[in-house]
Amino acid sequence: MPRRNLLPSAPTPTKRRSRRVASLGALALLVLVLGGCNVDFGATKGVTTQSHLEFRLWFWLMVAGIAVAVFVWALIFWAIFRYRKKDDKIPKQFHEHIGLEVAYTVIPLIMVLVIFGFTFVVENNIDNVLTPPQVIVNVTAYQWGWIFQYSKPGPDPHVNCTLAPKDCVTVETAPNAAPSALAQPYTSPIYPQLVLPVNETVRFFLRSRDVVHGFYVHAFNFSRYAQPPLTNAFEIHPTSTGVFPGQCTQYCGLYHSEMLFSVKVETPSQFQAWFSGQEKKLQTQASLQSLVSRS
Amino acid sequence: MTIAARPALAPSPDLLEEEHGPTGMLKWLTSTDHKVIGKSYTITSLVFFCMAGLMAMVMRTQLTSPDNTLVSQHLYNELFTMHGSLMLYLFAGPFAFGGLANFIVPLQVGAPDMAFPRLNALSYWLYLGGGMIMVSGFLTVGGAADFGWVAYAPLSSATNTPGAGPDMWIVALLLTGFSAIFTGVNIVATVFYLRAPGLTMFRLPIFTWNMLVTAILILIAFPVLASAMIMLWCDRHLGTHIFTVSGGGSPVLWQNLFWFFGHPEVYILALPFFGIVTDVLATFSRKPVFGYKGMVFATISIAALSTSVWAHHMYTTGTELLPFFSLMTYMIAVPTGVKFFNWIGTMWRGSLTFETPMLYAVGFLVVFLFGGVTGILLASPPIDFAVHDTYFVVAHFHEVLFGSAVFGGFAGLYFWYPKFTGRMTREGLGKASFWVMFVGFWVTFVPQYILGLHGMPRRIAEYGAATGWQSLNQVSTAGAYLLFASVAITLINFWVSWRRPVPAGDNPWDAHTLEWATSSPPPHHNFYWIPPIRSERPVWDYNHPEHATPNGHAVPSPVPAAVGSLAAPGSSDGGAGGSGHVGGGTAQ
Repeated sequence: MPRRNLLPSAPTPTKRRSRRVASLGALALLVLVLGGCNVDFGATKGVTTQSHLEFRLWFWLMVAGIAVAVFVWALIFWAIFRYRKKDDKIPKQFHEHIGLEVAYTVIPLIMVLVIFGFTFVVENNIDNVLTPPQVIVNVTAYQWGWIFQYSKPGPDPHVNCTLAPKDCVTVETAPNAAPSALAQPYTSPIYPQLVLPVNETVRFFLRSRDVVHGFYVHAFNFSRYAQPPLTNAFEIHPTSTGVFPGQCTQYCGLYHSEMLFSVKVETPSQFQAWFSGQEKKLQTQASLQSLVSRS
Repeated sequence: MTIAARPALAPSPDLLEEEHGPTGMLKWLTSTDHKVIGKSYTITSLVFFCMAGLMAMVMRTQLTSPDNTLVSQHLYNELFTMHGSLMLYLFAGPFAFGGLANFIVPLQVGAPDMAFPRLNALSYWLYLGGGMIMVSGFLTVGGAADFGWVAYAPLSSATNTPGAGPDMWIVALLLTGFSAIFTGVNIVATVFYLRAPGLTMFRLPIFTWNMLVTAILILIAFPVLASAMIMLWCDRHLGTHIFTVSGGGSPVLWQNLFWFFGHPEVYILALPFFGIVTDVLATFSRKPVFGYKGMVFATISIAALSTSVWAHHMYTTGTELLPFFSLMTYMIAVPTGVKFFNWIGTMWRGSLTFETPMLYAVGFLVVFLFGGVTGILLASPPIDFAVHDTYFVVAHFHEVLFGSAVFGGFAGLYFWYPKFTGRMTREGLGKASFWVMFVGFWVTFVPQYILGLHGMPRRIAEYGAATGWQSLNQVSTAGAYLLFASVAITLINFWVSWRRPVPAGDNPWDAHTLEWATSSPPPHHNFYWIPPIRSERPVWDYNHPEHATPNGHAVPSPVPAAVGSLAAPGSSDGGAGGSGHVGGGTAQ
């Protein structure tokens, strides 16, 4: 067998040009196909501004990841098929190539720095809590359920419902003191429902009453810990209506599997109607309670 | 496989050092020989591996249908806690640094034993005691610990998780933690002080290099775990409030302490297997490791970076400086990538044969790459927000941990089994176990990635029918059964080799490093004779003087003519070469 260099010999300029054109064309075709077919790599675009940002980052990182994986797999499979033992000759005992080694250190370094740049920008956008919110929701997680309290639209956008309950409208379903042995569909009335208006910015204040819980809505592409004793703040901007499942993702004890809730995104007018209905219900309850206590 | 023209010589009687001391069971109980302790460690860790695997089978069976009541939610919580704890604390780590390293490192550095043989025995007994205490949590009234293998505060407080099972878990981790620390001290001392003459640091086999770096990581990480366990114990029993909200403590401190141990731990579980794979690939490619020094520096940088990425497990706590930990996590991809290219370079233009160890090593490359790429996705905080604590993460860490500890671990087990026992395993059964495992691996974990992207959280004992998660879960469970079958085939393989032994000879693989210069299994105190060490492949150089390892960054440099009474077969003129092969038991 004639001796060969470790590296394939340099192709002629024309060959190189045509190869480059071909690879560019293949890349363009790939992007077109992926974009045209709405490829999502198994993930969801979600229903919020933030989830769309996350999805776009996911999509491009997947493209990059698949490209790298395919390239490295191709090298591995080439090596194991091409360099299978053919005779008893001992192969050439080379063991280094400094130029190559520097290249495959520096190129991945540049790649991850670029990926980090994109990730940094998207993360700042998703974590941004600076826009004035139109609705404020205080979420309290406990073993094993959720309480959703709405702050009245007022001058103070940072109202803390634990400290100032009067400024809050509380929506609380019957707590699951004795969870059923089996998980029900997330829309079942035994689980609380979070109601949100579409196309409005909602700020969440997330707390836990006992252990660490994970507030997770698949359609938001988002989760955040309810980490005692902290209050976590984040914003969501829903862009389409519907009912979506939510669930606790951070293991929190015996009935972790049943700590479900649902999210209902409505038009602003529907939301307003629901909101005043809740207020009226609360007032009736309060006056009834005062009547009971007076008698 | 066999090497021609090997004079079968026994060591001369005056060199034979009789092993004085007990035999049989008493030997296993009292020995301070690193080979006996290494075997004890390996067998014990494989027992824990099988127990944890059986727990996984029960859990996978539970998830095959919605609202399944095969096991109660309480039992399911115990099962995933103990599955994780057994796999991570009692199998993957002890199997690598207790079993393989204990047996192999002293042989690879040409030493008669570990630096501190009695400390080594203490390590094993602490480990065995700790492991038995952890498992016997199942026998207590309240059952075993059920707060997950990470034991997040305040769920792990005495109020939220009372009972003896959790206490036994804490004590078990303290004991195994100290066992790991002692082993770490032992490995560091052995590599620094007991190397054979000529074996400079840059001539160490990559496996030993990786075990050295792993041991240093153990010394960084495990004391933090042990102190966290002591603090948790104080919170539970002595009325302190370190991790409880009510007394002004900080639950998130637990996560910081735990992951400051936990992330280096992940590399403690990966680096040894990287080392195994490197040595196996070089042996079965019949070439030296490509980019040896780059490999060593990559290992050191992975270890250094691994101490500054712990908070990527805590992106969603809302307490971390996300860009810093994200950047550090991305940086780890660079040395890991260097390793990949070095592995490929080792195979490049070699003469590859695919015995079972090599199959497992190449299988490791293929599967670990996939787990690594999904790791790049998870290093990005926005993507982590979307899939945190879902099955996507479960699939990711099973791919990397199963990829390294099982594919890499089995590569090592099959590679060194002849050295451990003096017997060969059956190639047919070995290859069958590999292919069943390789198929089972993808069938198990790819559906879990998709389930995570469809929103299935981890650690749930049940899910509703309306979620649509059933079919993918069934596929995943079928894959898990395949994995179980593949491990069973390997155990059958070992059983067959035990019942109908096929003698292995000293160097059945034509391997490169010092452990293959002695008999299989090695005699008491390991070596009667050591070949001259002029590169990281002394045994290869001795057996193939005309193809000796190029030295340094230049053409093969001339080697001093003789060391003591030994001819130097590594010299490029090849004058003294071919007098016999190392591994032939030649005594001069």
